[in-house]
Amino acid sequence: MYIIIVGGGKVGYYLAKMLLQDEHEVLIVEKDKRKCDIISAELGAVVLRGDGTDSGVMEEAGMARADVVVAVTGDDEDNLMICQMAKRKFDVERRIARINNPKNKRIFELLGIDRTVSVTDLILAQIEREIPAQSLVHLLTLREAGVSFVEAKVPPDSPVIGKRLRDLRIPDDCVIPLIIRNGAGIIPYGETTLAADDEVVAVTALESEDVLERLFGGKTLEA
Amino acid sequence: MKVVILGCGRLGAHLARRLDRAGHNVAIIDRSSESFARLGNDFQGTIVLGTGIDEDILRRAGIENADAFIAVSNGDNTNAMAAEIAKLVFNVPRVVARLYDPVRQETFDALGLMETVCPTVMASDRIYDLITAAGTAP
Repeated sequence: MYIIIVGGGKVGYYLAKMLLQDEHEVLIVEKDKRKCDIISAELGAVVLRGDGTDSGVMEEAGMARADVVVAVTGDDEDNLMICQMAKRKFDVERRIARINNPKNKRIFELLGIDRTVSVTDLILAQIEREIPAQSLVHLLTLREAGVSFVEAKVPPDSPVIGKRLRDLRIPDDCVIPLIIRNGAGIIPYGETTLAADDEVVAVTALESEDVLERLFGGKTLEA
Repeated sequence: MKVVILGCGRLGAHLARRLDRAGHNVAIIDRSSESFARLGNDFQGTIVLGTGIDEDILRRAGIENADAFIAVSNGDNTNAMAAEIAKLVFNVPRVVARLYDPVRQETFDALGLMETVCPTVMASDRIYDLITAAGTAP
């Protein structure tokens, strides 16, 4: 695959390195001369120096034949511009953007850039996971498909403890394919009973997240 | 009319003063506090320090009930993104963005979310007309 990475910072550099190891054709577009020099010294002739948001530079980079464009500069407005130009002017099929301000995720989605990675969100999810009795942790959200993968930890005082899965009022558009208990994965079925500290992984329609949150959050006695 | 302007450079400040003098309700956003000096002492509008691609900053400038949003910071990408936020998140009726790059202008014009102004094309057209106008020596 031909993959263009715009932004030659740490993320861009290591991404390129790994993709090159997987034998993809990779080009990094980077403005800064010093960064370009370091990348070409380390990785070879895989750098184009220039403003990756500029259509002339995009053309020079061969954007029109790229299979994937990854925008990982430190500026959300630049990443958005890169993905939009890639989509609208160069018809690049797959565009992935790094987002710095998590609130910008919605804007990217509204503009059809649905593959985004927010480091801030990832760290936040990691923190959420460490906090006990916290509501749902989002593992993956596929907004267009209207589905998300979430995880909930059963609090020690939860009313769901000792109950069978089949007896919980789990919404129809939600399934529980995995429970992690003491570090081991269990593929549950209707008879499986829940225990304190179980980490319940659910695949759910976005609309039903609230129900799950109430069910496993230990906040109500709905179960 | 309530107008929010992003970017207090020469163009932003000029527009802000003009709209303000004409009796409109103006709020202007810029990342640098020094830039607001361009507004002069008699400016009646609101000034907001911050980046224009942040919903909270835009809200502080009163974008939720703005009739128009004008993005004239010195960065095309910032202007495009701020204009998109104004349109898609806040439904501002009139949104105008300055884009220096003609290719970007074409692309965003086609998108239909905002009105675009490209000073490069405007100045080029005007200068071309001036030097090729009838009566000019070949």
